[in-house]
Amino acid sequence: MKHVLESVESQFEMFQILNEDGKIVNKDDMPDLSDEELKELMRRMVYTRILDQRSIALNRQGRLGFYAPTAGQEASQLGSQFALEKDDFILPGYRDVPQLIWQGLPLYQAFLFSRGHFHGNQMPEGVNALSPQIIIGAQYVQTAGVALGIKKRGRKAVAVTYTGDGGTSQGDFYEGINFAGAYKAPALFFVQNNYFAISVPVEKQTNAKTLAQKAVAAGIEGIQVDGMDVLAVYAVTKHSRERAINGEGPTLIETLTYRYGPHTMAGDDPTRYRTEDLDNEWEKKDPLVRFRTFLEEKGIWSEEEENKVIEEAKDEIKQAIKKADEYPKQKVTDFIENMFEELPHNLQEQMEEYKEKESK
Amino acid sequence: MAQMTMIQAITDAMRTELKNDENVLVFGEDVGQNGGVFRATEGLQDEFGEERVFDTPLAESGIGGLAVGLALEGYRPVPEIQFFGFVYEVMDSISGQLARMRYRSGGHHTAPVTIRSPFGGGVHTPELHADSLEGLIAQQPGIKVVIPSNPYDAKGLLIAAIRDNDPVLFLEHMKLYRSFREEVPEEEYTVEIGKAEVKREGTDVTLISYGAMVHASLKAAEELEKDGVSAEVIDLRTVSPIDIDTIIESVKKTNRVVVVQEAQRQAGVSANVVAEIQERAILHLEAPVLRVTAPDTVYSFSAAEEVWLPNHNDIVEKVNTVLNF
Repeated sequence: MKHVLESVESQFEMFQILNEDGKIVNKDDMPDLSDEELKELMRRMVYTRILDQRSIALNRQGRLGFYAPTAGQEASQLGSQFALEKDDFILPGYRDVPQLIWQGLPLYQAFLFSRGHFHGNQMPEGVNALSPQIIIGAQYVQTAGVALGIKKRGRKAVAVTYTGDGGTSQGDFYEGINFAGAYKAPALFFVQNNYFAISVPVEKQTNAKTLAQKAVAAGIEGIQVDGMDVLAVYAVTKHSRERAINGEGPTLIETLTYRYGPHTMAGDDPTRYRTEDLDNEWEKKDPLVRFRTFLEEKGIWSEEEENKVIEEAKDEIKQAIKKADEYPKQKVTDFIENMFEELPHNLQEQMEEYKEKESK
Repeated sequence: MAQMTMIQAITDAMRTELKNDENVLVFGEDVGQNGGVFRATEGLQDEFGEERVFDTPLAESGIGGLAVGLALEGYRPVPEIQFFGFVYEVMDSISGQLARMRYRSGGHHTAPVTIRSPFGGGVHTPELHADSLEGLIAQQPGIKVVIPSNPYDAKGLLIAAIRDNDPVLFLEHMKLYRSFREEVPEEEYTVEIGKAEVKREGTDVTLISYGAMVHASLKAAEELEKDGVSAEVIDLRTVSPIDIDTIIESVKKTNRVVVVQEAQRQAGVSANVVAEIQERAILHLEAPVLRVTAPDTVYSFSAAEEVWLPNHNDIVEKVNTVLNF
């Protein structure tokens, strides 16, 4: 009788290109990015960090609603999105608003989503995405469907989804990766392992040593990547995307990352379940710090440049909030309008009722 | 015209739409080479290929998610849930996702999905196969719920459902699959979703029903006729949304109503029908609106279905109560 668990688990090693000190440790896998592209990646991470800080402040002022902080996860979120094309379809979780923004969702709409306005969910033409999923895991089974559709259409694209470490415990997680595997559908399944599902640590989530190894059960590729290393996340996404498009099937990608903030701004207190030491340990791995060091040593990034991005971000955020403030308020008749292509009897009656109420 | 059973009419409807629209995809557990456990998809994979008619892994939530995703890619999915008692495994995809797609995306995305599923008592299935769970989905805004009572309607309603740009749950009563044949046109036609049908005209009392209970109601009407009672029988055909106009028109004529459903009494479709009638036509009523339903227990153990399920005698009894009120 042969026991294989240990040998299988030992195969899953963290993939890294840029270490904590900003040094390239894996030259062979260094992605082919121009200086301009490298700077754009940095610009996006800086911008998104500012967006997170401003969003938290705006939430505390009562000017934003539901918000799931993103600081710490920039490399995981933006490195993966940077490897995508316009034709790819994103099925995000609720912390994955930055990917939508960089895929083309205007900032004021992201703010409207946070405020609970339906216009925040109306993707502009050309942005292939769903609005953030609230049910943990639902996006995984849907991704199998989008990917199968892409395959049937013969499109050169992928379906991309995100969940967290907690999401891997859901039945839908297994069903999604298993369906996509069975159909060899072009899908990328991201697990952003930030070690805590709200408060429950990943050790209590599963006995599996890595989350990436769960791919083995579905017969698909799985890889664990340093989620604080934007170059590694980008390289893995690009590689897996190409494999998927070439008919080699889906990939499960576990990014090891950390959220500095609370789960959401709705009263979560991370000091109840995380130590300061752990926070400090992860801040040493910060994705912006190490990438900044790398770019500065390359001579293509400066404090001046970074300050320019910060000012630009603050200015655009201010304008987007203003635009969100000015956007027309929602009406019940808007909701009724969006229920069916043709309104049935009951909704026709209710439409009349609410039209009258709203005209008063 | 051909003589068809309801299951043949259902297969014919899927064949018609697979031919008409290359975006129509039929899938589920065993629907491919096997043709489905009831043979509803018999021959369809041979005719249209595995790209269009295919087996899925054995996971209802996965099937639901597949339907959502394929709809996002512009397809018109027709998934089968092998038995509707398994709906609990796919509730999120149906109520949490499909039914809300148009709404939550502000009209940007739609979900033209028709979920087909067998249900219904009297065929001695194991647990969680036969339950009448239409009420669960009827309570969910954003999805229509259709239940045919005969082969002709089954074909026309299923074609209409597949062509609908919003999600439709299409429930097929197992007892009706092969219980009788009737004339069904070979050409394509639709039966409008949301429209009830007066199956039998009458003047003394209105029986409102759907699915297999339409036949129990018609049988009760025949019995009542022997006693000189003229019963009108309405087949709802769609239980969400309800065809209020047809119901109210009949109530105004007969002034007495019994609502009949196979499902348990608590909450559900019949309660909704009663509420609508009293809100809109209370002054036309000569008696309270009564219901014939199954009792509020969990669905019957299969050996006792005959005593648990409502039948035509229960209907006659309730009609006599409203007549003598």
